[in-house]
Amino acid sequence: MKTQKAVQTENGSIAIEKPESQFKQMWYALIQNKAAVAGMIIIIFLIFLAVFAKFIMPYDPNYADLAINKQAPSAAHWFGTDEQGRDIFSRVIDGTKISLSVGVTAVAFALSLGTIFGAVAGYKGGKIDTVIMRFMDIMLSIPDILLAITFMAALGRGIDKAVIAIGICSIPEYARIVRGSILSIKDSEYVQAAKVIGNNDMRIIFKHILPNVLSPMIVRATLGISTAVLNTAALGFLGLGVQPPAAEWGDMLGRARVFIFEAPYMLIFPGIAITITVLAFNLLGDGLRDAFDPKARK
Amino acid sequence: MEKEKEILLEVKNLSKHFVVEKNFFGQPIKMLKAVDDVSFKIYKQEALGLVGESGCGKTTIGKMLANVHSATSGQIIYNGVDLAKLGERQRRAYCKDIQLVFQDPYESLNPRMSVGDIIAEPIRINKLLPNNEIEKRVNYLLNCVGLANHQRNRYPHEFSGGQRQRVGIARALAVQPKLIVCDEPVSALDVSIQAQVLNLLSDLKEEFGLTYLFIAHGLNVVKHISDRVGVMYLGKMQELADKKELYDNPTHPYTKALLSSTPVTNPKLKAKKERIILTGDVPSPINPPKGCPFHTRCYRDKVEKCTVERPAFVDVSGAEHFVACHLYKAYSQEVK
Repeated sequence: MKTQKAVQTENGSIAIEKPESQFKQMWYALIQNKAAVAGMIIIIFLIFLAVFAKFIMPYDPNYADLAINKQAPSAAHWFGTDEQGRDIFSRVIDGTKISLSVGVTAVAFALSLGTIFGAVAGYKGGKIDTVIMRFMDIMLSIPDILLAITFMAALGRGIDKAVIAIGICSIPEYARIVRGSILSIKDSEYVQAAKVIGNNDMRIIFKHILPNVLSPMIVRATLGISTAVLNTAALGFLGLGVQPPAAEWGDMLGRARVFIFEAPYMLIFPGIAITITVLAFNLLGDGLRDAFDPKARK
Repeated sequence: MEKEKEILLEVKNLSKHFVVEKNFFGQPIKMLKAVDDVSFKIYKQEALGLVGESGCGKTTIGKMLANVHSATSGQIIYNGVDLAKLGERQRRAYCKDIQLVFQDPYESLNPRMSVGDIIAEPIRINKLLPNNEIEKRVNYLLNCVGLANHQRNRYPHEFSGGQRQRVGIARALAVQPKLIVCDEPVSALDVSIQAQVLNLLSDLKEEFGLTYLFIAHGLNVVKHISDRVGVMYLGKMQELADKKELYDNPTHPYTKALLSSTPVTNPKLKAKKERIILTGDVPSPINPPKGCPFHTRCYRDKVEKCTVERPAFVDVSGAEHFVACHLYKAYSQEVK
């Protein structure tokens, strides 16, 4: 980590170099972590693919040509074609859009609600805590995917509904993490000090407690994106995700599974796409955790 | 010195009971009486020392004054207002008058805020200065506590314990408080740094006309800085007197035992000194002894009253030398 240097100015007084923001210091720490940089590069690459999908895709991902169905990878179709003769390469690229957007928005949704529930429960304690956390326990006792299927069944198909279903399922996890972290520092002396100087509860939670529980939240959220990507794929695999014919990795896997021996490439490429995305977010999550901890910085 | 002393803050029958165990319906069944019916006054620009063993409630008193804990019962009268009765919002308005310096400088600073922000925060919250003047004030405060301006943007973990405690003191000073509660501010520091911080505190007291409630383990630290000293035991005040009076003429057996435990550096005096060694441990504040809280460890010849009736906190000299002991008269001629 770089520290500020005192510089002697002309009139002899000591001036301060422009202070480095904490964000900048974090950034320095992050880019020194090779695994995190690798994860970040992959994510940037995926975002690039998602944004410029239109220009990269060699074919229309939804254009079916039964004459060329189930073709093995070739120069014309890098990843081969599926059972309807659609270009798998184009469909994998198109699927990046859905996976990334569902992953990120579902986590954002779950994180914001989970943080509010967890913070209120942890900071207020008592009956409020009991009510909120028991409710979260009930949600946790139902398997994620089952809960998501229930919500999808109730809400119907579609990306936006998948976001809500997957998001709601992971609220309890964030609430638990936030509550646990808050409990561990709620009685620390610097939180007491914040009270002594006249902070109100809101400011104590948002300025003094939450920044200090950021690292577990960030790590969980980045890992949560990979879980959400997986859950989206699982919903797709079960035929509950997006509306066909939209290209979605899980949906592609689900449709291809009957051809697993006949045309394995139909599963391999969407599978690899899911793996890479999940891995990239996991690597970045670990790197961020280290970067967020001022003591872990070099 | 002998001018009319003005009362800054008065504590009346203050108690703090923590709930240790609740029954199924959430009603308390076990209470820890951390502070039990304590009364004292703090005069303007004095340093009142508060000593006692660990767990005797001295820190809890300090934290009640500084709005960390709320009082179970009793009054904290400041400027004619009973702070203990105020709602949270109104209570916060008095935060700028009473500040707290914490015991452990490694724990009391937010690790994610730069030192400059830590010191500026109380000024911002209480809206004491316009934004453009805050930086100047922070620099001034840093200088007051012996830190350099360029250290402003560093984070607490980049400082040593002594420096961190200076930051803690600067934060307390930032709002120009009338009273600073120093909660064992040097006990977590190296002995070599302790003196520096104590000297800094006395200098600041002179410079800003501050009033201290100085909490400490032992009488020797308090002797250095206080004008008056209170001795606590099991959540109750046992003796309170002028520093000189208390050290020369201790009346409560517990005070005597505490004083005799302080090491004497002069070997000639050492021979004369009679060491009082108390037996047993401090009883649990969850189940304190009846009558005088100290009777289980007292070396004096107890009378029945000691185990039955709680001694009143009375003025024995007419010059504000308070003591809570049934036997103070019988032992007034006791050799020191």
